[in-house]
Amino acid sequence: MNGWAELDRFLRTDPRDVGCAQAMELLHVYVELVAQDTGAERRHPGIAAHLRACGPCSDDFEGLLAAVTGQDD
Amino acid sequence: MATAHDRTGESTTGPVSLDPESAGWLRALRGSEPDRRAAVERLHALLLRIGRSEVRRRSARFGVTGPELDDLAHQAAADALLAIIDKVGDFRGESRFTTWAYKFVILEVSAKVSRHFWRNPRVPLEIDDWERLPDRFGLDPAAESEWRDLVAALRRAVEEKLTERQRRIFVALVLTGVPPDALAAELGTNRNAIYKTMFDARRKLRAALAAAGLMDDGMVRRS
Repeated sequence: MNGWAELDRFLRTDPRDVGCAQAMELLHVYVELVAQDTGAERRHPGIAAHLRACGPCSDDFEGLLAAVTGQDD
Repeated sequence: MATAHDRTGESTTGPVSLDPESAGWLRALRGSEPDRRAAVERLHALLLRIGRSEVRRRSARFGVTGPELDDLAHQAAADALLAIIDKVGDFRGESRFTTWAYKFVILEVSAKVSRHFWRNPRVPLEIDDWERLPDRFGLDPAAESEWRDLVAALRRAVEEKLTERQRRIFVALVLTGVPPDALAAELGTNRNAIYKTMFDARRKLRAALAAAGLMDDGMVRRS
């Protein structure tokens, strides 16, 4: 198409998005739910929405997930 | 942006019983001096291992190599350990103790890495270079006729709809390419405040482009 998908995504906001502070507050809980595949997004839709939109928090999530799943070596 | 769990449909976590390993960590950290010292030493070793992995994972992006990487991991592990000891009373057993503890070292690495951005030649925050926007969003130069109006409208909206602070943060993050954490450090604020400012700015810009018929309103509906 016209290649503006990334701009479209950047400008899209989700009212469920809880922001960085709340996402980081519960990151350890969310990561374990993801690692165990036990409905992280369903139980914490606001954190899921935030991680889709926030690069730095998403990066922290990836780091913690790697740590708890043993992919950190 | 949502501000409370009950407004967002987030699941709240009630009282939970600790898994045996987490209970063991708490017992040791609150126990006799020899037990506590041994637990602290063991915890530091774990944090250092996770810290090293995390700085390696991020190293390509912040351009630090060699012994400096290991220094950074050591600093992150030491700072995380102090924070964990200080806050161990806050651990509520919602996850394994080690997952909770690893979060501290991951966030320490994240914060320390972000400060490295400013070690490069200083980047003026106010560079208002709209020529960078197409590249930033992967807009195909060959299809410029298709996005030229959209970018012009976006620029107009940034200039006319955003507050001065929103505009400044938009320019730094989007046009200058300053990482959010580095910008937060420079402005003496935090990641959450920067994100909230940009969240509101993104919503305003989307609304302006939707009003001009250039985009849909882009609101993600609750299911």
